[in-house]
Amino acid sequence: MKLMKSAALAAAMALVAAGASADTLKIAVIDPFSGPFGPSGDAALKEWTFAADMINAKGGIVGQEIEVIGYDNKVNPKESLVQLQKALDKGARYIAQGNGSAVASALIDAISKHNKRNPGDEVMFLNYAAVDPSFTNDRCMFYHFRFDADADMKMAAVTDWIKDQDDIKSVYIIGQDYSFGKAVAASAVSDLEAKRPDIEIVGNELHPLGKVKDFTPYVQKIIASGADAMITGNWGADMVLLVKAAISSGFEGPILTYYGGSLGAAVAMGESAVGQVKAIVEGNTNLETTPEQNAYIEAFEAAYPDNNYYYHRIHNAMNMFKMAAEKAGSTTPKDVAFALEGLEYESPYGKITMRADNHQLLQPMFVSTFSDNVKRGVEDLPLGWVAGDEDRIEAEATALETTCNMERPAK
Amino acid sequence: METFVPSLLNGVIYGLLLFMLSSGLTLIFSMMGVLNFAHASFYMLGAYFAYTITQSTNFWFALILAPILAGLVGAGVEKWGLRKVHANGHVAELLFTFGLAYLIDEIVKIIWGRNAVNYRIPEALDFTIFRLYGSDYPAYRIFMLFVAISMLVALWFLLKKTRAGLIIQAALTHPHMVGHLGHNVPRIFMTVFGAGCALAGLAGVIGGNYLVTEPSMAVLMGPIVFVVVVVGGMGSLEGAFIASILLGLLQTLAISVDTTFGEIFGFLGLSGTSEVGSISIASLAPMIPFLMLVLILMIRPRGLMGDREF
Amino acid sequence: MTDITQKYANLAPTTAQKFRQRVLPFLALAVVLAIIPMSGPSGTAYTLLNVMGINIVFALSYNMLLGRGGLLSFGHAVYFGLGGFAAVHAMDAIGSAESGFWANYPIFFLPVIGFAGGALAGAVIGWPSCKRAGTPFAMISLGIAELIAAAGLMFGSIFGGEEGVTGDRMVGHEVFGLSLGPTSEVYWFIAFWTFVGVAGMFAFTRTPLGKLSEATRDNPERVEFIGYNPTRVRYLVFIFAGAFAGLSGGMAAVNYEIFTPEALSLVPSGLVLLMAYIGGIRYFTGPILGAILLTYMQSMLSDFTEAWLLYLGLLFICIVMFAPGGLAGVLYGFTDALRAGKLGEVIGRWAGQAIGSALALFGMIILVEVAVHWSNGFGETFEPYGLHLTFGNPLTWVLIVVPVVAGIVILRRLANTEEGVIA
Repeated sequence: MKLMKSAALAAAMALVAAGASADTLKIAVIDPFSGPFGPSGDAALKEWTFAADMINAKGGIVGQEIEVIGYDNKVNPKESLVQLQKALDKGARYIAQGNGSAVASALIDAISKHNKRNPGDEVMFLNYAAVDPSFTNDRCMFYHFRFDADADMKMAAVTDWIKDQDDIKSVYIIGQDYSFGKAVAASAVSDLEAKRPDIEIVGNELHPLGKVKDFTPYVQKIIASGADAMITGNWGADMVLLVKAAISSGFEGPILTYYGGSLGAAVAMGESAVGQVKAIVEGNTNLETTPEQNAYIEAFEAAYPDNNYYYHRIHNAMNMFKMAAEKAGSTTPKDVAFALEGLEYESPYGKITMRADNHQLLQPMFVSTFSDNVKRGVEDLPLGWVAGDEDRIEAEATALETTCNMERPAK
Repeated sequence: METFVPSLLNGVIYGLLLFMLSSGLTLIFSMMGVLNFAHASFYMLGAYFAYTITQSTNFWFALILAPILAGLVGAGVEKWGLRKVHANGHVAELLFTFGLAYLIDEIVKIIWGRNAVNYRIPEALDFTIFRLYGSDYPAYRIFMLFVAISMLVALWFLLKKTRAGLIIQAALTHPHMVGHLGHNVPRIFMTVFGAGCALAGLAGVIGGNYLVTEPSMAVLMGPIVFVVVVVGGMGSLEGAFIASILLGLLQTLAISVDTTFGEIFGFLGLSGTSEVGSISIASLAPMIPFLMLVLILMIRPRGLMGDREF
Repeated sequence: MTDITQKYANLAPTTAQKFRQRVLPFLALAVVLAIIPMSGPSGTAYTLLNVMGINIVFALSYNMLLGRGGLLSFGHAVYFGLGGFAAVHAMDAIGSAESGFWANYPIFFLPVIGFAGGALAGAVIGWPSCKRAGTPFAMISLGIAELIAAAGLMFGSIFGGEEGVTGDRMVGHEVFGLSLGPTSEVYWFIAFWTFVGVAGMFAFTRTPLGKLSEATRDNPERVEFIGYNPTRVRYLVFIFAGAFAGLSGGMAAVNYEIFTPEALSLVPSGLVLLMAYIGGIRYFTGPILGAILLTYMQSMLSDFTEAWLLYLGLLFICIVMFAPGGLAGVLYGFTDALRAGKLGEVIGRWAGQAIGSALALFGMIILVEVAVHWSNGFGETFEPYGLHLTFGNPLTWVLIVVPVVAGIVILRRLANTEEGVIA
């Protein structure tokens, strides 16, 4: 036992020593790279790596080369804290994470404690997909920056879109029975109440997370209710199965999803979902944009032929990070954090701003529609996502009141 | 009526799919005493084999070939894996299948990728067969019903009307006696294990395209198969059948009940807005099987139709 | 009168034996735990050691059921989780209390709360579960685990929803001068409770209840004949197993300062089963070895290969098929031969087996790595030592097939000669 322990210890230390090269600027991506959620973490890691490569090719950030290192957290909050410690030991002071608000919550908590207990050695958290609104409200933290719209902002965008759809008279809300699903349902109800009081909410249903195999009974209930549109925060198999069941049972209205565009969904939904499934995103590869952005997307998809350009926010995060570091003339998290506050960036899809009061990025959102008439398909299919001008929700419109009371360190 | 008739139909179809999945496991479990944790993995393999076969031929070939392939894999697992572990007792066997489920999951990810594959309902069956109270009824669901019933009849015929079935039935209840009569019991075990896996594979072929063919489909289906077997009872295909249909019906009917605990237990002072009070029966529907599992094991450990405790 | 008293050989262990078998290992454990910090571990090493400590207690508590009691559970994480949640809520109570009981309760003793929470959960859930052993017990544990895991996500007020409940361990009274801030201080907390847990569970095996639990595992009917109720024995053992799992949950609560409903799910329950079985359920030290190895694999192996789950599955299957005694079984086989002075006879065969296994393993690793890189696409290949291995490269197949075949041939030959000797 002693032998085992010391062997484990020696191996652990050797590993730590081997990877530590002092001169690169390390960004640790703590996300799942194995197990059921492996693909989505893996896709994000590729985009971080690619964005870093692009910046390194142009000389890095303030003369420093960026190194992106992946740490497999198996979407487990506890394991994430172990991986966080590994990342810190390797010298990473920038942590990126997106898969799962449970993990993000654990990381925010751990990082805020680390920063409190180790003044002068702060760590910054670049959140690119964990959408619990509390992270930029009650639980906001100076070293946390979110580059994705939170769940409430997305719902605000969805309801802004519904506001102009006169033929939608009734809506059915269905979601997974846990904090996120409940939050989506609650904000859908309150937003619709405020923006379209004439719309009747004909159903508001929760089902256990990942336990339903056949959604047909739910869908028949939805059809029987006469709903014109469906809103769901479902992700993963729950989203795909719901969509498939809805379409094969003849549901005809729009299905407004948060995660319709996620990896693997297009293949699973197939042609029949065309025109009906909509996803609220910060961009898709078929939008009108600059030639540079088109070249960027093509370069990414050429480098990783099995992947599609999906996380545009990673591109945003990386570029804003670079701008902030250059503005501050430093790469220490504290300086970068101050420089990021209120920073504006002319992104390929319009101007985006990092709110200073709660560190939430404001960016234009698009209610994209699944389509078979696309320039760039996803997952080797002739299917992809499109959005017209009427589907664009401006960045300012997504800004919500915040309850954040940010505690800032002394400069 | 408006909710009852579709629910009834859905419940029966879902129940039959469950039965297809679990009938093989009931046979295996009764005969060998092994609760095969990897049984749902063969369901997944069936779907993936069917996907690969449809790439080069069509769905009808897959309908026949994929279950056979899944059955062969199952027979191989029994011959080279399970049989070796048998000497170490039932717990070792159970754990072997537990590890096997892990392994099949990972291997499937390597071969077919970690995302869903594009396994589709054949075009010949992709239409609406009738409308039921406003919602379309896809023809494929009726096809599923048809396949399940054919399988049921074939299985019944095989077990009750043929000599092979007679031996299998005998081996279900008295494996040692069958061995003493000179039958090659290991080979019967292998055949039954293979056949059971083939049935799960068949469920995968017709369920994989209706639902989604992806590496987590086995994990999603796994526990519910046990529920059917345990609730149905040891050594009883009839029990498994009744349990499948019962579970299918209960689950789909519960979904249409929007009543919350607050409304039911309001007289006890439970508020409809409290955390417990706001839970509706519908939202608990997918948990009903597990509740049933625990209750049955406590109240009637031999299951609905089981001939002995296990 | 004839003298009917018989003379028995005194089989009781001598004081020296008692010391060697019961005290010495714990002195050694205490010494090991105490000298580890002297090697100056890094933050990662400390973190890893802390997780190992938690998992050692958790895996040992699981083995009270599986190894000692013969009860296969698929839902042991329920007690770990419920104990942990009790501890986190207590941590919050300590943080917010001005006076009274909680204000005076030091964080250091939170695992006691976890212990109580786990015991309570075990007492409530164990009552229906323990009526039967064997497969029904396993199935009940599975059903209950599914129900509780689902409830964990539904009841936000207790389990904090998806994000769980967080706490701050740097509140309340300090004891032993530990602020519990840095991981190196948490190490002493974990080391203390790991020692308490291990010693406590070892002591449990020496109690009449511990002995009865083994008897119930082996032959419940005879236990009934000698006047004990097997159901009651199982129930009591179940409560203790839940309590020690809760203890490790309490340790985890302090170490991570967060508890999420995911901790109740089937995934950690499966992992603890793997830990105990891979380590060896027939030996007290088995789960300790398993916990150390699997913790290391989980947190470090994933840096080298994304196929670590596949390796874990393969390891597990190999243990089930070829080494049912687990790692501890292999280790004790070695030391037993050493002690019996038969090392010369068996060392040749063991060396052969080691070489055969290593060869087969080498081939398998190449196969897995090449396959994983192939399945990832985008032209990534497995390139150890500058070799460019793809499925199109004949060298790959040589490197896979030759070692695997050679390894299997060696192992089979050895197995055949062994059988020949017995025959």
